[in-house]
Amino acid sequence: MEVDDKLIDKLASLSKLEFKADEKEAIKKDMARMLSFFEQLTEINTDGLEPLIHINPETNVYRADKITEELSQAQALKNGPNHDSFYFKVPKVVENKD
Amino acid sequence: MNSYRSLEAIQSDLSAEIIDMPSLVNHYLQRIEETVDLNIFLEVFKSEILDKAAAVQSKIKAGNAGKLAGMVIAIKDNICYKDHKISASSKILKDFESLYSATAINRLLAEDALIIGRVNCDEFAMGGSNENSAYGPVKNPVNKDYVPGGSSGGSAAAVAADCCLVALGSDTGGSIRQPASFCGVVGIKPTYGRISRHGLIAFASSFDQIGPLSQSVSDAALVLEIMAGKDSMDTTSSSQKVDAYSDFSENPKPLKIGFIQECLDSKSLDPEVKESQLKLIEQLRAEGHTVDPVRLEELDYLVPTYYVLTTAEASSNLSRYDGIHYGYRSSAATDIESTYLKSRTEGFGKEVKRRIMLGSFVLSAGYYDAYYGKAQKVRRLIKEKTESLFEDYDLLLSPTTPATAFKFGANMDDPIKMYLEDIFTVHANLVGTPAISLPLFKHSKSGLPFGAQFMSAAFNEKLLLDFSHNLMNIVALKA
Repeated sequence: MEVDDKLIDKLASLSKLEFKADEKEAIKKDMARMLSFFEQLTEINTDGLEPLIHINPETNVYRADKITEELSQAQALKNGPNHDSFYFKVPKVVENKD
Repeated sequence: MNSYRSLEAIQSDLSAEIIDMPSLVNHYLQRIEETVDLNIFLEVFKSEILDKAAAVQSKIKAGNAGKLAGMVIAIKDNICYKDHKISASSKILKDFESLYSATAINRLLAEDALIIGRVNCDEFAMGGSNENSAYGPVKNPVNKDYVPGGSSGGSAAAVAADCCLVALGSDTGGSIRQPASFCGVVGIKPTYGRISRHGLIAFASSFDQIGPLSQSVSDAALVLEIMAGKDSMDTTSSSQKVDAYSDFSENPKPLKIGFIQECLDSKSLDPEVKESQLKLIEQLRAEGHTVDPVRLEELDYLVPTYYVLTTAEASSNLSRYDGIHYGYRSSAATDIESTYLKSRTEGFGKEVKRRIMLGSFVLSAGYYDAYYGKAQKVRRLIKEKTESLFEDYDLLLSPTTPATAFKFGANMDDPIKMYLEDIFTVHANLVGTPAISLPLFKHSKSGLPFGAQFMSAAFNEKLLLDFSHNLMNIVALKA
């Protein structure tokens, strides 16, 4: 599997990460090595096997649909890097059309 | 004060009034000060723990203290403790304060355990050497030139350096057992779902488990028994009954133990580690156990399967760090997109970014089936194979790690070499079974400790701990 700049840019965009030119070279090299390491798995025959998703065999874990207050608004906002008493504050998201 | 190796010894001295709670806590605080160069603790809860120690002392006097009165615990920096800071050793969570305690923590506190501080680890528990912490590496208390292992390196070092009696760690692919082996302490990863993950910062949710590191098997068993059990806050926690792990059976019966031949044939295995395994096999036979070789032809595929699946889960779990709801926000952010990009790029360390990128790859359109879907199928194959081994054997034996602790920087330029350190430990996380590392050996050249790993079938901690307790007693008698 060839790892080129285009793939790194696409993955960086999906991951919401940025890489400088020198970092990009390093991650390209690491990714290429890791992906060929992963490709060993093609040697194993998995015909007829279902993917294993849940490790715990229990299914349908129900609980009563009851409203509880786990966190107050003030607590929920407490760790935000920028907030007022009611909202998380972010840079402007919506631009004026004119 | 002497260093204690079990809660039983502490409680006996407390009740005989040879020591009291404040002097016990002061002993650990002094040890933390003496070992500050090892960089184990990110924060010591000094002012509050002395007050709490006095409160436990009053309870002991009144005769209504909990089961863990006298137990001083350090917690890995990825387990929430209400109103205390937690960072997962990452810059992105610098100054974050927990809004609630992990269920495991609440259960320990309810039995009068004291929490002395939070300890260093690899960032988001990703690593096997503690070199990936944003707050610098932990040094191995046995020899400062060597890593303590990871990711629960601070937890293992804290126990080994007598800074606490027990430490909590988390284990996604060996992160409790490998540092336990490198630092010479006991470490157990319970069955997946045995302990609630509520309040554990998520890395790979179908692998992560909280577990104890300790000097003695009895302390590990007691702490596990108290933390285990169904929790409505974690739907993956099991409703299976929790056995009395700490109530060890007097006359353990001979067991059928399989040693994994491929582990002994592994090319990365240190010759002395191999030699010690062969001697252990002979010793177990001499004690009346049946010990046979068993095959696990898939051994070399375990680590790639593990990394495909855990990077996928990590990339999804770590998407919550957006620079908005909590944690670090870059001062260079000018709009919403750059808030995400700059905050994450500046907030995460190199290894975390590498794993997020790999996870994004294996989950992306066009590659999902070939990588992620394939690894999930291989995971089922390995699980079925392992379950069939447990039809014939009570326990599986292997070394915990291929070699002893390595020097700082030794594996930093080659991620695959670092990842292969996990070759014997990821098995238990892939299939969800419990596994323990027992501090049985010391390398003749370096003097560094190393462990043996025993694994049992899922939810069979009772058998695993009974056996381990007995084995460590026999070893202590011989020493």
